[in-house]
Amino acid sequence: MSSDQAPKIAVRSLTKVFGSEPEEALALLTKGLTKQQIYEQTGQAVGVANATFDAFEGETLVIMGLSGSGKSSLIRCINRLNEPTAGEILIDGEDITRLHQKDLLSLRRKRFGMVFQHFALFPHRTIRRNTEYGLEIQGVAPEERRDRALKALKRVGLEGWEDAVPGQLSGGMQQRVGLARALAVDPDILLMDEAFSALDPLIRRDMQQELVALQSEMHKTIVFITHDLDEALFLGNRIVLMKDARIEQIGTAEEILSSPATPYVERFVEEVDKSKVLSVSAVMHAPSTVAYPTDGPRTVLRKMEEHGFSLLCVVDPDHTHRGIVRDEAALASAQRGEKSIRGIIEPGIPPVAPDAPLRDLVPVLAEAPMPAPVVDEGGKLLGVVVRASLLRGLATGAPGNGAEPAEKAA
Amino acid sequence: MDIPQLPLADWIDSALEILTDQFAGATRTISSFIETGIDAMVNGLMWPPPWVVIGTFTLIAWRVAGIRVAIFTVIGLGLLWDLQLWYPTMQTLTLVTIATLIAVAIGTPLGVVAALSRNAYRVIFPILDFMQTMPAFVYLIPAIPFFGLGPVSAIFSTVIFAMPPAIRLTTLGIRQVPPDLVEAADAFGSTKAQKLFKVQLPLAVPTIMAGVNQTIMLALSMVVIAAMIGAEGLGGKVWTAIQRNEAGMGFQAGLAVVILAMILDRITQRIARGNKPV
Repeated sequence: MSSDQAPKIAVRSLTKVFGSEPEEALALLTKGLTKQQIYEQTGQAVGVANATFDAFEGETLVIMGLSGSGKSSLIRCINRLNEPTAGEILIDGEDITRLHQKDLLSLRRKRFGMVFQHFALFPHRTIRRNTEYGLEIQGVAPEERRDRALKALKRVGLEGWEDAVPGQLSGGMQQRVGLARALAVDPDILLMDEAFSALDPLIRRDMQQELVALQSEMHKTIVFITHDLDEALFLGNRIVLMKDARIEQIGTAEEILSSPATPYVERFVEEVDKSKVLSVSAVMHAPSTVAYPTDGPRTVLRKMEEHGFSLLCVVDPDHTHRGIVRDEAALASAQRGEKSIRGIIEPGIPPVAPDAPLRDLVPVLAEAPMPAPVVDEGGKLLGVVVRASLLRGLATGAPGNGAEPAEKAA
Repeated sequence: MDIPQLPLADWIDSALEILTDQFAGATRTISSFIETGIDAMVNGLMWPPPWVVIGTFTLIAWRVAGIRVAIFTVIGLGLLWDLQLWYPTMQTLTLVTIATLIAVAIGTPLGVVAALSRNAYRVIFPILDFMQTMPAFVYLIPAIPFFGLGPVSAIFSTVIFAMPPAIRLTTLGIRQVPPDLVEAADAFGSTKAQKLFKVQLPLAVPTIMAGVNQTIMLALSMVVIAAMIGAEGLGGKVWTAIQRNEAGMGFQAGLAVVILAMILDRITQRIARGNKPV
């Protein structure tokens, strides 16, 4: 996802105007009028105004905004379900706004998979035939498309449901079919339009986790639309925040949370009141191992190796927090033949209290790639918060996968 | 004060005259084709003894619409046989069937075109309003110069009278396919034809079948009226009863129409509802 890599999708100055005289609206847009002003003057509805952003291969790019912000118009421009009024959309460097009908169809067939808010399954077809749809219209032979559909259904955990019809499935299962239908054609790009918004909260969280798991195997380019900041923070490698047809800010979850670019983003971020209400103790977990000042550097290195860490928290035998030790420092210390690690303990991130608001950690962890220590009043180490569990906590208000509840571990 | 009268009637007459002359060959071909079809179907229905036909219909009714409709079918058709109305009933059934087939064969494609093209819609739908509000009797008059007195003229005017719901409900059925399903079909790169045949038409089938059902009902009412221009069957019986002022005979034939209508209605309604996904 580094910026020297060529973008999979490059959107350049994209504008979409709904109405019969878009030219007029375009002229007013360049003068800097707002969507509302243009609508009052011309009756033309601006869906997307001058959007520019990239999406890289393997990245989940979340486009977030409230309803009417233009995010759905924008995602539909990417596969030209909405015809862009101005600007370019480059897929692997090719401007698709100029494609003719035939090439456009083949682009949609081979490169894109789309998942819809209300599933949009075909009620007259079985689950298998729904999943086969994209392959069927490409003219793939029945045998092959059946195999590929079954494989896609297996991938989303719907093995054995292939002969059911959409009406027999719950919402969450229907959206799995929606996802399987999109995956069956093996597209490079997944467009997901509020894909989980119609699901109830528990199912929704499951689906988000599953999408993250699937994406870690598939490395597709995912463009995910949502109006929910929690979802955006959890899923997005980067987030595009939209308001009134314009892009307000593009950045990682940390960037958006810690340095909102505009007052609007700030207000939006404040909506994540979980980060203020939620305290550190909700997401911290007990460190699986610690180092003691009396430990020799080789002992510390072995502990690191066993647990796959590159640094450890250092505590006194009574568990008072002392700091951290890094692997390279321990290695150097071992080579120097030192007996203990006393000399190489670093302060690390300043410790926080378990009842401190989670939000305080956002700027800290954004800066330093190390766990934040959580200590009690007596300075004893209770647990640590790592970046992943912080974001998870912000996104879902619950401790991360695999992290044990803090009380039990402490 | 007298104002000059617009010679509308004269214009229409001469237009019809020209059309009749120009298309005499075509109408004669159509006429003999349809006549052959009618004869073949009536003969086919009259060839086996009535109880075989009644049994067949009862079986169809049972399989499609259930036991109650089947019982109604066996009693209803049995009554018609008993009342010596079997032959006219089979004639009427034939006229209705052929008129419906033609109306649906023309109406469904027109309905599809009207659903997909705004311009076609603007042309077709006002004509439908016209067709449906024009008194049905008027269609009988031009049928005669085209096809002469007889069953073909009856079918011609019946097709015109019964076609509008086939068109309207096809258009409605396609237009009410949920937009997100159409969008999904587009997003996967469907051509217009794939979208139509794989998504829009299959989803419109229940509505289209409701249109077919209405077409059958309208056709049934029109073939009775068409007795005035020589359609035989139950309508003919009613028409004779009017001329001879025989209320009993007229009522019998009318009852036969009702029984036939109910059987056809229940069976086609059930077909409209009972689509299983594939």
